[in-house]
Amino acid sequence: MKKEQLSLAIAVLLVLWYALSLWVKKPILPPPHKVLLVFLKEITGGMGRHLLWSFFRVFLSLTLGILTAAPLGVVLGQSRRLNQLLSPFIYLLYPIPKVVFVPLAILFFGLGELPKVLIIYLIIFFQILVLVRDQAQSLRPELILSVRSLGAGRRALFRFVYLPATLPAVFTAIRQSTGTAIAVLYLAELFGTRYGLGYYIYLSGSTLLDYPAMYAGIITMSLLGIGLYVGIDRLERKLCPWIVVEVTR
Amino acid sequence: MENFFVEVKGIDFAWKPHLPLFLNFWWHLKKGESWAIIGPSGCGKTTLLYLLSGLIRPQGGEVRIGGVKLERPRPDSALILQDFGLLPWRTVMENIALGLEVRSFYGPDGLHAPKRPLPEAPDALVDYWLKRLGLEAVADHYPSQISGGQRQRTAIGRALVLGPDLLLMDEPFSSLDAPTRESLEELTLKLQAERGLTVITVTHSIEEAAFLGRKILCLGHPPHREPVVVEGPPPKRDHPDFYKVCSKLRSILEEGRR
Repeated sequence: MKKEQLSLAIAVLLVLWYALSLWVKKPILPPPHKVLLVFLKEITGGMGRHLLWSFFRVFLSLTLGILTAAPLGVVLGQSRRLNQLLSPFIYLLYPIPKVVFVPLAILFFGLGELPKVLIIYLIIFFQILVLVRDQAQSLRPELILSVRSLGAGRRALFRFVYLPATLPAVFTAIRQSTGTAIAVLYLAELFGTRYGLGYYIYLSGSTLLDYPAMYAGIITMSLLGIGLYVGIDRLERKLCPWIVVEVTR
Repeated sequence: MENFFVEVKGIDFAWKPHLPLFLNFWWHLKKGESWAIIGPSGCGKTTLLYLLSGLIRPQGGEVRIGGVKLERPRPDSALILQDFGLLPWRTVMENIALGLEVRSFYGPDGLHAPKRPLPEAPDALVDYWLKRLGLEAVADHYPSQISGGQRQRTAIGRALVLGPDLLLMDEPFSSLDAPTRESLEELTLKLQAERGLTVITVTHSIEEAAFLGRKILCLGHPPHREPVVVEGPPPKRDHPDFYKVCSKLRSILEEGRR
């Protein structure tokens, strides 16, 4: 996508928003320039801290998800027996929308950070696990054999084959789950916290009735999602240059 | 007693639950020889190559190379497969360097890598083979971006950069067009003579077997008990013996089919 196209899309959306606000003419839909002013003021002020908390929660869940699900996925992809043993469980648990566990997690783990991070972690965990496992499974036996014939044992196979082969799957999994992760983050931040964008949006909208601030919060949360998405994309281009070649070929 | 380099001593092998491919099969060859193994698909020729590479082990008997019983892939043997052997996430240069990286990963432990010290200038070695095989221009390309012939030359470079004494090839050139195939066959013979390599090539092409094999092992219908060996012609396609050997191979293979 070109930068000009992106800027044009943003401009069109802002104009539509402005037109809509003129038509509705109510405080619940302030015009964009008013919201942008509040956004600029708040992002360096109170809202910045909320953003950091939300980012911290997503980042922590992502890191934990990658560190646990990726190696497990590789192991399952390599070991047919272990996969046969665990795949029925994965099959049952993977499609459950993890967001329904939010109340449960709060009941079990209280109102601290643990339940919030745990739920987002679960979403990311299963996504990475399934994609990495499938990727590791689909590696051609010829590939493994030829690297083994070069002297590679288990450790070298992991380092030279499984790790690079499954890295793109990790990125795809993260890209697919960021949207859901941010949505669940919002929900989780409605309960038992005074920090986080979810809390900020809800507080501004329904308690303080400060609608421009609420919209500023929504924009910030969207930017958090977009930022994660773009960041992952950049990182993938850097770490998996062969993927870009295959796509543009 | 003669000094054999590769010794297949009474091996039994079956991919269970299928019928056995080899039953008490004996076969020997000397250092520096160039062999071809020919036979129809499913005859077990690739299996024999895998047994020689140490990737699989016989259920009975043993394979010895250089007097040592084979228990696992031997560091001084190199294996080249028909296709898919290159890592798609590595450039041509990085693929050629792969074996050297695996070796420095383990160090000269005698198990994953030979006991001798690792090469002092691995980059220079990789450069040498890039040049030697005419791959400099595509050194930074990925396997998906280069031609089949270039891919196969990359695989040859990856094998020879490690300085092996035994080269095992499974249908190495069968997916290539005729001119590319012939030039790579000639290159193989040249490198074999130059490095004193022992080469074993598995192929289903009679013409390729005659060109690459100074001795040709014919495998008919399994199970194999006795090796059927044909003396190869001089490696010249216009030599009168070349076609004689080809038709001899053809009649042996057709007889095996009946």
